[in-house]
Amino acid sequence: MDNIIEVKNVTFEYDSADTSARQVLRNFSLSIARGSFTVILGHNGSGKSTLAKLLNGLYKPTAGAVTVDGMDTADEAHEIDIKRKVGMVFQNPDNQLVASVVEEDVAFGPENLGMEPAEIRLRVDEALKAVDMYDYRKSAPHKLSGGQKQRIAIAGVIAMQPECIVLDEPTAMLDPRGRSEVLDTLVRLNREKGITIVLITHYMNETEPADRVLVMHDGEVIDDGRPREVFSHIDTLKRAGLDLPQTTDLLYRLRQAGLSVPEGVLTVEECVQALLPLLTEVR
Amino acid sequence: MMKDITFGQYFPADSIVHRFDPRAKLLLSLLLMIFIFVAGNFWALFLIGGTVLTLMMISKVPVRLYLRNVKSIFPIILFTSLLNALYTSSGTVLLKWWIFTVTTGGLTRAAFMSLRILFLIFSSALLTYTTTPNDLTDAIERVLKPLKFIGLGNAVHTMAMMMTIALRFIPTLIEETEKIMNAQKARGADLESGNLMHRIKAMLPILIPLLISSVRRAYELAEAMECRCYHGGKGRKRMKQMKLSRADYIGSAVLVVLCACVIPINLFL
Repeated sequence: MDNIIEVKNVTFEYDSADTSARQVLRNFSLSIARGSFTVILGHNGSGKSTLAKLLNGLYKPTAGAVTVDGMDTADEAHEIDIKRKVGMVFQNPDNQLVASVVEEDVAFGPENLGMEPAEIRLRVDEALKAVDMYDYRKSAPHKLSGGQKQRIAIAGVIAMQPECIVLDEPTAMLDPRGRSEVLDTLVRLNREKGITIVLITHYMNETEPADRVLVMHDGEVIDDGRPREVFSHIDTLKRAGLDLPQTTDLLYRLRQAGLSVPEGVLTVEECVQALLPLLTEVR
Repeated sequence: MMKDITFGQYFPADSIVHRFDPRAKLLLSLLLMIFIFVAGNFWALFLIGGTVLTLMMISKVPVRLYLRNVKSIFPIILFTSLLNALYTSSGTVLLKWWIFTVTTGGLTRAAFMSLRILFLIFSSALLTYTTTPNDLTDAIERVLKPLKFIGLGNAVHTMAMMMTIALRFIPTLIEETEKIMNAQKARGADLESGNLMHRIKAMLPILIPLLISSVRRAYELAEAMECRCYHGGKGRKRMKQMKLSRADYIGSAVLVVLCACVIPINLFL
């Protein structure tokens, strides 16, 4: 599998008078495989949002290079092509919708690309169906729930037919229901349309569908692997300041207490399966 | 309560006027307004006014909504007719008191001016009641498009984009204002009592957070727009195309002819 995004030895500094907080990333490297589902975990200030904005050229690296399909994001000539290939969804759904009618908002990207009206119509309908929001195409965004608005934002990106979608904490402002709506949509886009997903979050239970999990702390990757591997490195996760999912935390504590339970458990169902033998033993 | 005032004054209904092409509707209501001023005698004014009233009747918008518009402008009508009644000295004198003289000429002039203002308000209300703010914005952008030939194409696009974003964010900002007001009330802020100065001061803790968050929203929206390949109006195509139908052509032709009739009526009647 080839890589769609390559981050090579990137250093990123903000223009700020405060020198200690200026350098966010130092000599940072990362490749994102085409068609993969990557989750980047990190606490506030770990540099994960900065990394997201570097991936589609919204920020340009201070040193080093970011390439998308071989195109350097620092090269102005490729700007539109890169943003079209790597779509971006942000945290606050309200602040990324432009139009007051859902379908017109979804059309915004393709309209900017100068496509023919009939082609735009086709893409908008397809994108709205892909996020399961077609019935709301004539609604006003402010009448929708947070999860629905975020799905409209995702549809707006899909309408540009990107190869990769980077999402910067898309579920942080949503209720549990909205969160699972968005996550299910992402999984479907990845599995059915083969769109590469880079999901940045601090919710560990959102790592479940991922092929790869990266843990960031202080501008560095401190862990990288399959979800199960990463979840068995409890100490690393705690060092990154992340809240463990309740299931993982429970089994971790039981293990600390000397019981033999498996490592790297993610879902509630798996946790139940891990606990059942213990209960029969006691009986 | 606050949410009602946000969407202009569009009144949803299914009428010929509602379905009329927004661009044509915009231009024709401008035409009507111009000809309300061109009309020089009662016959001409009644022709245009009658047209406006007929359109109001077939627009399926309740008459009381149109009258509501008149209420707010009533002092101006009163003031204008008073001035006209007192300062026109033609015809027979009806009343003479101190420095004021009321003549028949003055009274007809006052009635004429009042009707003018009334029809003017009705024709603008006709446009805003039957066209959504979104359609109106689109119509303005498309109608002004020819300005690109004098190098103003980008300005027109930017203006229209600003209006679109404003319309999109009005409900969001109202919701936010309500949240901030509640938050400040929960902290003991008194927003309702006191004199004017006091109330203005009390608004500050609401306006400042609102302003800060709006700036942040603007910044985030700009980034999101950039990510969706926005680079100004150049090379941008719209999904929604406006096409004039047969009904639009016929309706426009009828209105233009009616307006044109004003000129001979002005001259010969």
